[in-house]
Amino acid sequence: MSLDLGDALQTFIAESRGLLQDMEEGLLRLEVQPDDAEAINAVFRAAHTIKGSSGLFGLDDIVAFTHKAENVLDRVRNNELPLKEGLIGLLLACGDHIEGLIDLVDGESEMDAETRKRGEILVAQLRQWLGEGGADSTAMQAEAAAPVASADGVRMQGDTWHISVRFGRDVLRGGMDPLSFLRYLARVGEIVHLSTLADALPAAIEMDPESCYLGFEIRLRSDADKAVIENVFEFVREDCELHILPPGSKVADYVHLIDALPEDNTRLGDLLVACGAVTARELKETLAVQESAGASQATQQPLGEILVERQIVQPELVNAALSKQKDARARQSQEARFIRVHADKLDSLINLVGELVIAGAGVGLQAARNKDAVLMESVSGMARLVEEIRDGAMHLRMVEIGETFNRFRRVVRDVSKEIGKDIELVIEGEGTELDKTVVDKIGDPLTHLMRNAMDHGIEPAALRAERGKPIKGTLKLNAYHEAGGIVIEVSDDGGGLNRERILAKAREKGLIQDSGDTMPDGEVWKLIFEAGFSTAEQVSNLSGRGVGMDVVRRNIEALRGTVDIESQAGVGSTFHIRLPLTLAIIDGFLMGVGDGHYVVPLDMVQECVELDPARSERRDYINLRGEVLPLLRVKEHFGLSGCAGRRQNVVVVNAAGRKAGLVVDELKGEFQAVIKPLGQMFAKVRGITGSTILGSGEVALVLEVPALLSDAARFEGRAILTSSKSFLN
Amino acid sequence: MEIRNVRDDDRLTLYPEGEMTIYQAIDLKSALLDALAQSDEIELDLSAVSELDTSGVQLLMLMKREAVAAGKALKLSGHSAAVLEVFEILDLGSWFGDPQVLPAGALGLGRAAA
Repeated sequence: MSLDLGDALQTFIAESRGLLQDMEEGLLRLEVQPDDAEAINAVFRAAHTIKGSSGLFGLDDIVAFTHKAENVLDRVRNNELPLKEGLIGLLLACGDHIEGLIDLVDGESEMDAETRKRGEILVAQLRQWLGEGGADSTAMQAEAAAPVASADGVRMQGDTWHISVRFGRDVLRGGMDPLSFLRYLARVGEIVHLSTLADALPAAIEMDPESCYLGFEIRLRSDADKAVIENVFEFVREDCELHILPPGSKVADYVHLIDALPEDNTRLGDLLVACGAVTARELKETLAVQESAGASQATQQPLGEILVERQIVQPELVNAALSKQKDARARQSQEARFIRVHADKLDSLINLVGELVIAGAGVGLQAARNKDAVLMESVSGMARLVEEIRDGAMHLRMVEIGETFNRFRRVVRDVSKEIGKDIELVIEGEGTELDKTVVDKIGDPLTHLMRNAMDHGIEPAALRAERGKPIKGTLKLNAYHEAGGIVIEVSDDGGGLNRERILAKAREKGLIQDSGDTMPDGEVWKLIFEAGFSTAEQVSNLSGRGVGMDVVRRNIEALRGTVDIESQAGVGSTFHIRLPLTLAIIDGFLMGVGDGHYVVPLDMVQECVELDPARSERRDYINLRGEVLPLLRVKEHFGLSGCAGRRQNVVVVNAAGRKAGLVVDELKGEFQAVIKPLGQMFAKVRGITGSTILGSGEVALVLEVPALLSDAARFEGRAILTSSKSFLN
Repeated sequence: MEIRNVRDDDRLTLYPEGEMTIYQAIDLKSALLDALAQSDEIELDLSAVSELDTSGVQLLMLMKREAVAAGKALKLSGHSAAVLEVFEILDLGSWFGDPQVLPAGALGLGRAAA
């Protein structure tokens, strides 16, 4: 094909991946409920659509392979083949293979020998499934395909379109192959019947082999509307004769069609019968009436009129077909409520909104300085709108995490098969939304955690029975919002983490110096995130190679998130991953320390209290309504100069379940912070996650509260250890 | 594309190899019609056809029609996967009336025999 299909190909790739996911979900559902007809249909449709669209792009490898899988699915759909577990596994593997083929298309690479071999093995396996009783099912299908010829019974094909197309002579020379359009048409609906007409082929001598002489009569079962079907032929519209009869067309319409088409009328009549557009009886009766009228050709009453007169066409049926069409259209318009937008466009929109926020803050500052009350009012009105725009723009990027979660059904299924444990995946909180970039990046760490939980966490069946637990292990994925962030939990009901083994390993690897007996559990669990740490006695195929957990931690930290572990021996462990909702714009709380400005996410701020200088001098905690609140003096922590404010304030922050007070000089209030990443140079600076620009043009640093707190805790811990004696005295 | 032919008494067997598409259409047409002129009984072995497009199908249909008109026998055999796929889309199996050795169950959508 000479057409540039670059964009269309990208769409095809994206769509196919979505369809493969549908297919996988359907198959997994079928594993639980093998007689779920809807799921079978969904799987079949997915395979069928992929086959059709790849045909349009001339991706023959995908077409050929998918075709085989589709054959098997077709048999399943017709209840000719029981959907056993082995078959589901095979079909899942087929889905993977198709995905592999699509990846190759995406990467513009050729199929390598390994992929080819895998495909051949799968095809051989598919054949085996088809091999059982293949002969009589073929006969059955042949019979089923010819019911229209049996002539009795009015089969109203309610949702079936009739398409007559005669391709123009120059289509082939124009670089287009009618076959591609037919393959594409198969994507819009199911081609129930197709007749190829070669009547236009001239005598051998006159026939130009580069001209196209073929025409097709097609019955298409589809919910699509006429425009969609017409669009299939868009590239050749000018160049071909196209008639589309909607479902429920009257016989009269077909008669008009017969008149309009170039071929001999009787032959067309036969063709339409063969297609199932009209039944033989209808046609025969109509022709009989025509004959008995005995009139000459010229005065004969048109076929259609006779049919209508004799009421062979039933208006109720037509109406039923029409309302069905209306339903289909309503469904379509609902589908059209989603639009596909390039992620770059969204990103640039969010960038612009970020700039708008900064510029708006600048205007607000000017207004305040000039003490222009009217202007200040306008500014505050505008600020509110900007805020709404910001929220709206951020919301565009929000996606539900359910899709990511559902991917793990497959992982759990495969892994549990591989390691021979019976594990059930429970998913909760699928509706929780978070930023698309975060969703994209959380998949890998989650996979590691889940594999780990399945491999090391959940005990083998025998041990579970011994411990009085249900044989079937449970793995749970949960997501919920908490304090302006999202928490994703991966929990298992396995044996829990083994404190002794972790400590032993840590000593062996030199991660801890002392025996670690006094270490709190939380700290011990954190050791498993250290590089090169693995407690599995046997390195298995899945995990236990000592890579993974440290990567998990790094990945999560790269998202400004934290991970911590709760574990109880014999009961199970839970990994909590806390992530910020978004990476771009936050509601912040602006504070002044020395000469600098600092921002913390507003959601983490619980309250602000004044620090009484007399009572808190040199003490690192205060009594907050009877509760001990540790203090972090930001100025000292960062070693800042600048004179202290007259009064110091404490900002009480809560991060990852830990509460602390930040001692700052000045409280400046709420502020919309557009987070800009810090340069490479500052990558090693702990406690600061980014910068933001104030309305005045000054730069404020965004504090990374969880890191600050854990640093402070560590520092404090050491201080306490070294000076505990003096405290005791 | 290359067409090998083997003559066995009165029977002429053609083995087209490679693509049967618009790029080979002119050559293919003359080769097929020549063969038709040479013999009363022709077999077209399609096992080595790697790609078939509309122009190729059209020529096969033309040849079949000419053969029938001239009272000669034309038999298609050894349909390759590419040929089978096209024949299935266009539902041409019965049009040509030759036995197709299908991979088991490849009748697919169940509309091959109408």
